[in-house]
Amino acid sequence: MNTDLLLILVALTNLRVLGSSRLGACIRTTAVQGVLLGLLPLLVNPLTFHTLVLAAGSVALKGIVFPWLLFRALREAEVQREVEPFVGYNLSLLLGVAAIGVAVWVSRQLPLPGAAPSSLIAPVALFSILAGLLVIISRRKAVSQVLGFLILENGIYTFGVGLVRETSFLVELGVLLDVFVGVFVMGITIFHINREFDHIDTDQLSTLRDWRR
Amino acid sequence: MILALLLVPLLAGLAAFALRPDKLRRAVLVLAAAAHAALTAGAWTRPTMADGSWLALDATGLLFLSITSFLFLATALYAVGYLARENRDARPEMEESFLFSNVPEAVFTGCLLLFLAAMTLVCVSQHFGLLWVAVEATTLASAPLIFFHRHHRSLEATWKYLLICSVGIALALLGNFLLALAAHPGNAELPLTLGALVEHATQLQAPWLKAAFIFLLVGYGTKMGLAPLHTWLPDAHSESPSVISALLSGALLNCAFVGILRALQVCAAAGWAAFGQELLLGFGLLSMTVAAVFILGQADYKRMLAYSSVEHMGILALGVGLGGAGALGAMLHAVNHSLTKAMLFLVAGNILATYRTKSTTEVRGVTRALPVSGALWVAGLFAIAGSPPFGLFLSEFTILKAALDQGRPVVAVVYLVLLAAIFIGMATIMLRMAQGEPSSKSVRENGWAVAPPLLLGGAALVLGLYVPPALSHLLQQAAQTFGGL
Amino acid sequence: MNALIPPLLALVLSPLLLGVINRTKARFAGRRGQPVLQLYFDLAKLLRKGAVYSRTTTWVFRAGPMVGLAAALTAILLVPLGALPAPLAFGGDLVLFAYLLGLMRFFTVLAALDTGSSFEGMGASREVLFSALAEPALLLGLAALARRADSLSLSGIMAAVSPVAWGTGGVVLALVTAALMVVLLAENARIPVDDPNTHLELTMIHEVMVLDHSGPDLAMILYGAALKLWVMSALLAGLIVPLRSGKVWLDAAGTLGGLLIVAVLIGIVESSMARLRLLRVPQLLVAAGALAALALILVLR
Repeated sequence: MNTDLLLILVALTNLRVLGSSRLGACIRTTAVQGVLLGLLPLLVNPLTFHTLVLAAGSVALKGIVFPWLLFRALREAEVQREVEPFVGYNLSLLLGVAAIGVAVWVSRQLPLPGAAPSSLIAPVALFSILAGLLVIISRRKAVSQVLGFLILENGIYTFGVGLVRETSFLVELGVLLDVFVGVFVMGITIFHINREFDHIDTDQLSTLRDWRR
Repeated sequence: MILALLLVPLLAGLAAFALRPDKLRRAVLVLAAAAHAALTAGAWTRPTMADGSWLALDATGLLFLSITSFLFLATALYAVGYLARENRDARPEMEESFLFSNVPEAVFTGCLLLFLAAMTLVCVSQHFGLLWVAVEATTLASAPLIFFHRHHRSLEATWKYLLICSVGIALALLGNFLLALAAHPGNAELPLTLGALVEHATQLQAPWLKAAFIFLLVGYGTKMGLAPLHTWLPDAHSESPSVISALLSGALLNCAFVGILRALQVCAAAGWAAFGQELLLGFGLLSMTVAAVFILGQADYKRMLAYSSVEHMGILALGVGLGGAGALGAMLHAVNHSLTKAMLFLVAGNILATYRTKSTTEVRGVTRALPVSGALWVAGLFAIAGSPPFGLFLSEFTILKAALDQGRPVVAVVYLVLLAAIFIGMATIMLRMAQGEPSSKSVRENGWAVAPPLLLGGAALVLGLYVPPALSHLLQQAAQTFGGL
Repeated sequence: MNALIPPLLALVLSPLLLGVINRTKARFAGRRGQPVLQLYFDLAKLLRKGAVYSRTTTWVFRAGPMVGLAAALTAILLVPLGALPAPLAFGGDLVLFAYLLGLMRFFTVLAALDTGSSFEGMGASREVLFSALAEPALLLGLAALARRADSLSLSGIMAAVSPVAWGTGGVVLALVTAALMVVLLAENARIPVDDPNTHLELTMIHEVMVLDHSGPDLAMILYGAALKLWVMSALLAGLIVPLRSGKVWLDAAGTLGGLLIVAVLIGIVESSMARLRLLRVPQLLVAAGALAALALILVLR
């Protein structure tokens, strides 16, 4: 499998999440994206112990643990699909395509280091970041927002793995651990939101504001 | 030494999760806080230099570590009284009167101590990756603290805090990667430690360095509460227990600021100080404006204090953005603001416990119902608004003078107008609360509840009258690292 | 002489494609199914009959089928059959191709509206909506291919497809193929966009627009539809069978095999999927557009 193909598949998973209303499908798609990105270090770096551990850790977390946590939250919340997002699926898809365009355009302006393993790394990373932000702001369900955060994080991970050669091992582990705890805490919060409100629509979380009438 | 600073709160935190007896757990909390403060005080006696290692205490780190440690000691003392007063069974909520219960005290104390450990790590880490990990850890450790009162409003605040800060911090991670790209001069590789980056700053690639600074500023700026990324801040500060509000405002926001300062330090060393300073200046003025708008006519006094934190973070950014004497003023301002704001939040906690409402219009006559807290509340108003003889006057004046000396009258005028507007807004609210017929029975004030704010307020007053040479030396050292005098 | 092979094959074999699809579906459903040549019989039967025209209709209604067939007949002159170039090939013919399909659809819609029937108006509005969404996907996909091949002609594009091209830029070709497949299903009123066999006018899209046509008019419409299916399948077949040997008969046979594959594929899709809810169809088409746009961006990069 070559790097370009893998990155395009990652871009396609982003589009799938943008265009799908089924939360289960979105989680599975994100899991696929996680596994693909977990394989990325193996493709772009020489095969060392460091690379192997990083890849294994990423696949385990992004591909298995996060989806499992989210599916558990989904089961507890008894929701299946996103209802009436702030931005519709078709518009999200179109915005997604526009985001690809923006990402490619921006990447062409960047003085990227010549030794990048694939010219697609920067565009796909930026696209994932934009897509993640789009999901976070356009969806109502807490689970969707966590998914958006994961996609954003995946985009940054793509950037880091693809373009930054020597990052420190400990730091990478720390990042993975932080993201793991983050998703874990978010999962607990979703559980509480569900218990408190009987659903996980975050637009109900709007009591706190200034100038209450 | 540094390891001890990290390990004391970490181990104490883990122990607190496991300890059953409440009294013992509270003793552990206070002992750990005291030990941490003692270790920090000990660090003052040694000369500190940033070398190539990952963990080191340079001037900036020591300054913010001292603020954090001192504040934590005061809030730990307050927390002992607070936890003893908290009813642990399900009880009616004070504003909407539905039943709710607290997060278990063991979890609360444990997270509090882990929060301290994470903040310590922020102050002592010299490696940008480690710094990131630490800042994200502070978010995660403090989320359960904001959710201490388990009801829907605190839940909303927690969710916003988690999501907005996580996204912000994720952008800071991108900033780290961009910094790593900047650190590829030719074929050489630079480790992402502050020492190495500053030493070889001229070899860094300018476009990547600028991009890195922008992302680090936006990322850590979210956490620091710079407008327009401040939206989580009023919610989290108003819904968390006052102890936590004090820590968030006085310590956590500063820790995020450390992240920005580190990035600015590298920029300054590379000769791009002006670029970063202009950005900080803009964010600073914007934050002050947003805060002024929301403070005027604010209906919730804890939110008012939270917006005041946004304002003061804006002043910090503005001071550092001005550079020179302004940077020095900003360092002093960070110290004074933390002391004063923490005191105000603790006093607000006392008011809330007595009046059982956060509404600014329903609280009257605090000075009569709660003599000590009321006096502190009024003193706090003058302190936070920057009147002499409090420390904030000194630092705000230094920053104003820096703006004028640098020939930026527009900045100076805007700064003064905003300060005046905020002063009027806060004075209207806080004086109305302090005066008049008490809307609540007067209560005998608990020593645990008034001693910590007295301690903090006293420190703020002393710093207004006399800045110890050791402190001013440290402030200068810190300010020098990013383009100060 | 060789240039005439693609249009001649289209004229003769296009109804067979529908026969193959129907046979595939029948096999999947466990039936024997209608004869493969059924459409030829239908056409012959319809041509022998007279046409009935409603008094409310005007010349537009009568012109619809004729213009549609004429557009389809012109379109087959533009479409190459794999390596075999089309008789008409010039820079920009892919735009003409897209708009010939558009003209065909436009007159079908006009004729449907001319009847004044509410059912046909409903079908017309759906048809216009869906094709408005399918057209960007088609054009973006063709644009991606054109940029790849550095040629604005369909024949040039197809000549540039080769096993080597699949090796180097396979991702782009695969994305375009997927987008064109969805466009083909939508434009030719196949499941999952439209069900050609439905008997409920409310759910129809294409079929409901031609309810009032009869006799030779209906024959023209059916034949025109078969030609349209043929040209779009031919494009797909040219993409998925990158056989460019230079021997005319070998290439023709290869592409015909590709057409057969496309037809069987359509049959499989129709057997394995249910028709989408009308509200979900735009999403499918937008997704196809997104794939095509991604392909274009990748090529432009």
